[in-house]
Amino acid sequence: MKLLVCISKTPETTTKIALNEDGTAFKTEGVQYIMNPYDEWYALVRALELKEAVGGSVTAVNVGSAGNDTIIRKALAIGADDAVRINAEPHSSLYIAKQIAEFAKSENFDIIFFGKEAIDYNGSEVGAMVAEFLDMPFISYANKLEVEGNTAKVAREIEGGVEVAEVQTPFALSAAKGLAEQRIPNMRGIMMAKRKPLKVVEAVDFEDQAKAVAYELPPPKSAVKLIDPDNMEELVRLLHEEAKVI
Amino acid sequence: MVLVFAEHQNGQFKKAAFEAVTYGYKTAQLMGTDCAAIVLGEAEEAGILGAYGASKVYHVADQSLNKLDSQVYTTVLAEAISQLGATVCIMTHTSTGKSILGRLSARLSAGSAAGVKELPTVSDGFKVKKDVFSGKAIATVSITSDIKLVSLMGNSLQPEKVGDAVETASLEVAIPESKVKVLSVDRVEGTTPLPEAELVVSGGRGMKGPENWGVLEDLADALGATTACSRPVADTGWRPHHEHVGQTGIAIRPNLYIAMGISGAIQHLAGVNNSKTIVVINKDPEAPFFKAADYGVVADLFEVVPKLTEAVKKFKAE
Repeated sequence: MKLLVCISKTPETTTKIALNEDGTAFKTEGVQYIMNPYDEWYALVRALELKEAVGGSVTAVNVGSAGNDTIIRKALAIGADDAVRINAEPHSSLYIAKQIAEFAKSENFDIIFFGKEAIDYNGSEVGAMVAEFLDMPFISYANKLEVEGNTAKVAREIEGGVEVAEVQTPFALSAAKGLAEQRIPNMRGIMMAKRKPLKVVEAVDFEDQAKAVAYELPPPKSAVKLIDPDNMEELVRLLHEEAKVI
Repeated sequence: MVLVFAEHQNGQFKKAAFEAVTYGYKTAQLMGTDCAAIVLGEAEEAGILGAYGASKVYHVADQSLNKLDSQVYTTVLAEAISQLGATVCIMTHTSTGKSILGRLSARLSAGSAAGVKELPTVSDGFKVKKDVFSGKAIATVSITSDIKLVSLMGNSLQPEKVGDAVETASLEVAIPESKVKVLSVDRVEGTTPLPEAELVVSGGRGMKGPENWGVLEDLADALGATTACSRPVADTGWRPHHEHVGQTGIAIRPNLYIAMGISGAIQHLAGVNNSKTIVVINKDPEAPFFKAADYGVVADLFEVVPKLTEAVKKFKAE
């Protein structure tokens, strides 16, 4: 099977967010970047497992500048066969999706994997957009995937439950927790990654339809009100009268 | 016109759908236009959406739309937007909305904002705020396309009744054949699912073992709350994975989040810091979670939680 995994670069999960003076951008000094965990732990690893079971190849694709190569090499170290970087600053979901779709449309991938969302913009949009550009079915929040021939059975998270659907390749999915178990790259993988192909392609022109124009930090939380452990009636009263939540 | 795609489960509308219609109604007022709703699949009570401000409720009641296929739904919604001349389309930021918003955006070359929690401003272009970095910052998104797409985060505003139910109108739309066959849908019965829960009681490693969950469940029962847990608890198998809230689990925004025996790692906070009120119970006064809490109780949870449960029962009885 020919498999594509779309990976994105996100700030590390413990990053403290600070803004520039006019609130138009995040301060990037000192921010550590990682591969988006849903892409790395679940999407990439499930694609690798599938390749190991039925043969084929796993390609990783990223939209970004040369600074992203470290993260792309990590995907290769974990086991992707080759990688493509589409050379552009990713500025909106639709822009990123268009770039990925343009690359993928002539490649005939059987399954395209995404993480369920990127942990920075939390939009959960790019997978659905790429699937639409390529006119293929899209299953979001997949936490189980079994493939037999051209038929896949996919379980997806829904509110308070699970939906199981059957779909034929080609299709796209977004990966949630449960789809696979995280793999740590080993020394051999890291060495081999250096020799694996990382192709850089140029982006196509595409006009943004939506763009983040300003940022702000949430208002600071007022200090915690400590309640006497022997007076839980007081806590209940505050939740009812002050917070008005019960 | 503002068109609200109102989601239902087997014909039943949930609070999220009424929130979306209220949001659509208020957005339409800001823009000086009408709000309509659209319902896909069989649902008897669709006219009720009129009570929340939809002046018209369009119903494509075809049985083939009872189960979600994002491709089919996108085709139907795109056609409806075009037929009705809608300039804004609102949906819920649920598993269904997340499957459709991006597709519709690509189909219509329409800009989108996913997971917004406030009404837009329309005086200087169409701008709307949404959380980014799991709530650590807020972005203002400007949508410049003719058609604007927005998905609304659950529990961001209260549904408001502004009128009466209306008669539904049918809409002639060609429905393409689905390439996705839904084999089964299983929902946990009885409890409110975490993404929709208004009250949540959650436990961490401080619970010391799965056998101790009774104390937490008693409180949840007394409140009518849904139970949740931290990541280490789910990873060690003390509790099922679907209870895991946090950055890599489910992000929730209930009215009340009670955390017991959870230290409050930054990844956990990222999934719960949008809760309206946070209560932290922990015997360690240095637990970082207290900094994010509204109310704190520094005590052994096994001693204090049963007292809280009793106090809740007494309050409910009154």
